[in-house]
Amino acid sequence: MKPDAIDRKIIEATQSGLPLVAAPFAAVAAQLGLAEREVIDRIETLKRAGVIRRIAAAPNHYKLGMTANGMSVWDVDDAQVDLLGESIGALPFVSHCYRRPRALPDWPYNLFAMVHGQSRAEVHEKCVEIAGILGKACTRNDVLFSSRILKKTGLRLRRKED
Amino acid sequence: MTTCPDEIDKSLINRLQDDLPLETRPFAAIGRELGLSEEEVLQRVHRLKEDGILTRFGPFFDAAALGGAFCLCAMSVPAVQFDAVMTKVNAHPEVAHNYEREHALNMWFVLATESAGEIASVARRIEAETGLEVLLFPKEREFFIGFRVAA
Repeated sequence: MKPDAIDRKIIEATQSGLPLVAAPFAAVAAQLGLAEREVIDRIETLKRAGVIRRIAAAPNHYKLGMTANGMSVWDVDDAQVDLLGESIGALPFVSHCYRRPRALPDWPYNLFAMVHGQSRAEVHEKCVEIAGILGKACTRNDVLFSSRILKKTGLRLRRKED
Repeated sequence: MTTCPDEIDKSLINRLQDDLPLETRPFAAIGRELGLSEEEVLQRVHRLKEDGILTRFGPFFDAAALGGAFCLCAMSVPAVQFDAVMTKVNAHPEVAHNYEREHALNMWFVLATESAGEIASVARRIEAETGLEVLLFPKEREFFIGFRVAA
């Protein structure tokens, strides 16, 4: 599905967050000159189409003690990677999970899973859990810890006319 | 002054990571689930956001569905050049985030552009400016995520 102009307005109005008021969809509707029902219906359609995954809180992992994160990378048999990727993505400690192309010879890994924990040791333990799920389908793996954030800006929908 | 989340805050943080009901008074609905008034839910959510425990509350979008293209990129940057290369890479507005990682490929960033074709052209510009290869790791498939932070 391709969001139309009104959908895009709703997306733009909510991408930095939903108003924290008793009737948030009515507040968005009032801001855009739409009916509350229309906003709710359109959000429902966007959810069914997968454009909106869910409406939820993003906690700050650091403040909740999840201070370590590692980009775990896995060389998984091409015939099995899509099925196994579903299992890895569903783990509660994995925040992103993608299949990506290898860059041989330097980079043999095709499955990327961001793993969070309270310490690097815990991240390593979680990686052992992932290795157990992948079993013989995975021949090599690594985990890359970040030592510094060099730049961080939010992803924003950019208007075509910008 | 940041206050430590109490047990009610924790149950709220855990509940709010799951989907908000699509109804007129969604916070009242969550309050009913947790035995709280709508007002108390809203007050606590406001405070948790002010304290930075919740960074954001709202729809999670599939980035690609919003239009535009995204690509994870990596470079192997010699230590002596690291800061100079970082400055050149970060100067591109298409670079959304950039992390130093402990690996031979030690600089990892995401390019976000209007169209898929622009990814390659920005990567080539960065290669020309730095004299270093930019490896492209576009996502071929995204897996459904069950991630939750237990508060």
